[in-house]
Amino acid sequence: MQLLQGLRNHIGLVPNPVSQATRQARSRIRGAEVSISVCPYCAVGCSQLVYTKDGRILDIEGNYESPINGGTLCPKGAATWQLIHSPLRELRVKYRAPYSDHWEERSLDWAMERIAQLVKQTRDATFVHRDENGLVVNRTLGIAHLGGATLDNEENYLIKKLFTGGLGIVAVENQARI
Amino acid sequence: MPGLGARLGRGGATTTLASLAESDCIVIMGSNMAENHPVGFRFVVKARERGARIIHVDPRFSRTSALADLHVPIRPGSDLVFLGALVNYVLNSERWNSDPFFREYVLHYTNASVLVSPDFRDTEDLAGVFSGYDPQQHRYDPSSWQYAGRVQPLDGERWPCRPRIEPERDPTLQHPNCALQVVKRHFARYTPELVEQACGVPRDLFVEVADTILANSGRDRTTAFCYAVAWTQHTIGTQIISCCALLQLLLGNIGRPGGGILALRGHATIQGSTDIPTLFDLLPGYLKMPQAIPQHATLADYFAHERPATGLWYDMPKFLISLLKAWYGDAATPENDFAYEFLPKIGGDYSFQSILTMMKDGIIKGLFVMGMNPAVGGQNARLARQALANLDWLVVRDVHEIETASFWYDAPEVRSGEVRPQDIKTEVFFLPAAIAAEKDGTFTNTHRLVQWHDKAVDPPGDARSEAHFVFQLGQRLKELYAGDESPAGRQIAALTWDYPTVGPHQELDLMAVAREISGYRVSDGRPVAGFQELADDGSTACGCWIYSGIVTPEGEHRAKRRRGDDRASLDWGFAWPANRRILYNRASADPQGRPWSERKKWIWWDPEQQRWVGYDVPDFPASKPPDYQPPPGARGLEAHPGTAPFIMMLDGQGWLFVPRGLLDGPLPTHYEPWETPVTNPLYPAQPRSPVAPVFLRPDNPYHEIGDPRYPYVITTYRLTEHHTAGGMSRWVPWLAELQPAGFVELSPELARELGITTGDWVVVETARGCAEARALVTERVQPLVIAGRTVHVIGMPWHFGFGGLATGGIANELAALVKDPNSLIHEAKSFTCTIRKGRLQEGVVR
Repeated sequence: MQLLQGLRNHIGLVPNPVSQATRQARSRIRGAEVSISVCPYCAVGCSQLVYTKDGRILDIEGNYESPINGGTLCPKGAATWQLIHSPLRELRVKYRAPYSDHWEERSLDWAMERIAQLVKQTRDATFVHRDENGLVVNRTLGIAHLGGATLDNEENYLIKKLFTGGLGIVAVENQARI
Repeated sequence: MPGLGARLGRGGATTTLASLAESDCIVIMGSNMAENHPVGFRFVVKARERGARIIHVDPRFSRTSALADLHVPIRPGSDLVFLGALVNYVLNSERWNSDPFFREYVLHYTNASVLVSPDFRDTEDLAGVFSGYDPQQHRYDPSSWQYAGRVQPLDGERWPCRPRIEPERDPTLQHPNCALQVVKRHFARYTPELVEQACGVPRDLFVEVADTILANSGRDRTTAFCYAVAWTQHTIGTQIISCCALLQLLLGNIGRPGGGILALRGHATIQGSTDIPTLFDLLPGYLKMPQAIPQHATLADYFAHERPATGLWYDMPKFLISLLKAWYGDAATPENDFAYEFLPKIGGDYSFQSILTMMKDGIIKGLFVMGMNPAVGGQNARLARQALANLDWLVVRDVHEIETASFWYDAPEVRSGEVRPQDIKTEVFFLPAAIAAEKDGTFTNTHRLVQWHDKAVDPPGDARSEAHFVFQLGQRLKELYAGDESPAGRQIAALTWDYPTVGPHQELDLMAVAREISGYRVSDGRPVAGFQELADDGSTACGCWIYSGIVTPEGEHRAKRRRGDDRASLDWGFAWPANRRILYNRASADPQGRPWSERKKWIWWDPEQQRWVGYDVPDFPASKPPDYQPPPGARGLEAHPGTAPFIMMLDGQGWLFVPRGLLDGPLPTHYEPWETPVTNPLYPAQPRSPVAPVFLRPDNPYHEIGDPRYPYVITTYRLTEHHTAGGMSRWVPWLAELQPAGFVELSPELARELGITTGDWVVVETARGCAEARALVTERVQPLVIAGRTVHVIGMPWHFGFGGLATGGIANELAALVKDPNSLIHEAKSFTCTIRKGRLQEGVVR
């Protein structure tokens, strides 16, 4: 055994010319934290291993333990790392005033408050308690929502619960319809 | 969804990807699985390595075709002729009529023996419409489609239900009005000759497909079908899918390993977003959204019209009242109908296409868009952008600045100067979104498998999850409405909205939401073990009954389980309902409860344990013996015999004939696409669907059938490297580099006729709009001979738009608003167009 270990650094009689740097080199994911994710693209549901160090995602690869993808990913799934680190990814809130020709920067808090105000304003102006036949409908047609198939189930639940159950917004739709 | 739901009971894939590896034959139709679900396709390859036959029926020769044993080019929009001809071929084949397996399966597990009302008239009798058609309203009255039999009103219930129907049956299957004979007559003209005439498929090739499927179905062999949106996106899409369900029932392939129907879905949780629906007409768990009709005025009224007396849906009050308790908490009491009043009542069609026109017409004034891109992904995309430009306000949440956020300065009509930003009033908010690896939560995959994804890092900058956004918005609105006693104020005040938050961004604790979805006892908050524990008296709360039990009473989220194996992998994730992997798996055993064969055993009755046992969780009452006979007056699942695998259905049987649940008829019928170059060979007087919802308005013109100005059929499709309307791929450099620009694919024959070579600019045009792209001349699309004349097919990927790194002409610029009456899904897989060499003057493409 010792002989084998000794031979590992040899091809022939002289020791292999390996630099100290190479000797100390390690895989960049060594010591990284691993979390398990699911590919955000199609609905096959490939499991992904997400390697994180110092709060940054280093790499994303297929989870070989998954009975679905067995470690593989398709071109889209393999690009998940870059989707997260996309140079064109937007990280700030943008606001465009009516009739304006440019974006403005706004804080998230400002945008949230303004959106809440607009929802209340539009809802109050369009809310119908009883329809023309006298039936209680408690709905508004003034506001709509699109999207959901790329979100989480829990997020869809919250959207449906708040928008439909809490605000009476009935025009709630997602990609399952197209 | 309704295509599978109406015949089998649930709108979900009946099988799993892994089960495909056990198939003896796989038919992929309406899908390019190898390119659009590449990793899922490995199970098809596995099956092939084990000797299975792979058949790809598709207008284009793709990588799926390359790995298939047989590629069958077909005219887009003629799928139902092909499937109907398979039904006809099977019913008249020697094998189907002589092998007792088929008779046994069909007699016990389907409604083949039920007698249909003598008032029923088929499309074959009425030149293309079923009985009950109202030509003024373009609607059916389905009363003549019902079973013949006795109607028994029920009483003595806490909550009312619909009367029970005791159908008359003919177990010899000979009565001219029994469902099997009705089906047989309906499809009698769907012959190999018709396939050749309408689909452009040579009859010998069709017969080879039919014989292969037939030879690989039976006691010892199973055939699976895989489909995607190329079946769905037609005015008769639901009926195409339902025809496949009908065929698979006749062949005894449902509920068995290696059999079934796999719906291939395109988004990470498109199944989940239907189960827990952000859809206008559904509540979580496929409960119908209440309507503004007297029949839904109170909770009791709703049940009196929606709740069946037999089958699992008999438990509807438990599911809906538990949902009301989850949403309205203490405000939901027995005295106030559990706050049913607060559920808004729908009064029309608010599905995607209608939302576009409601925006354009000024009815909808504010819009949230979370992970969707209607500016290029909406049919009649120009109309979609005009609709966006007519909003008061628009909130777009995405990771990139997609076209839906930038239309006001970047759309083709703005670039050309036709519209100026200073003419567009819309107040636009762009809010950056988080990506799966930056948040906790679950996706439901294409075979109903719910999987948890861990949050690895916090989202950067202002990026937040939708959960964060919706929670914060709800909190702010609750504050804004505090003390408001109006109906609008009371509705929001009643909503339970107190979730714990965690982390630096005050993200809400997703496990708290998961516990609510899964269900709990109201008294002490203990999670319920499953939907069997839900009650109709307000003592339980549950946000989505089909996901009930996903959080165990011990508090473990079963979607976090990650122990796979080579079979059903029951400990990898959680498949709704109740972790069942192959739906209707009672049918994997014979009526006596024994496996149909050793090779195809899946679950079976163990007489010693007096239980159903096997490799999967039984989709059946675990201790109901195969010889169980319901006592007179039994209700719910107790009314089903021990041989009834389809537990959601009234009679526990798969429906060959559908007396209720489909708006365009009880049987699948071929109608041409709304725009088509040829007539309907079956019903020249009724070429198109008589009930397809259309949008007759000047901004949505249609082409007449055979309009010489638009002689070509166009179909749209996807590419491996891009995702839907591009928001998650066209801005990603790696993917943009792999597939940098849009293109239009056409055959060498058509290219020669028009003087086009690969790389030339071409303009595709319809009455709705134009799209410009480079030509790609390939033999992958072939001209087809339809009824003696050549029909050319053009293909165009629909991912592209004017934003991001990979740009291209917008295929949806060409499509029209027109849809299927059941699913309300549009028709983009077959319409007509023209194409010319050259460029658009205004230059859509950068």
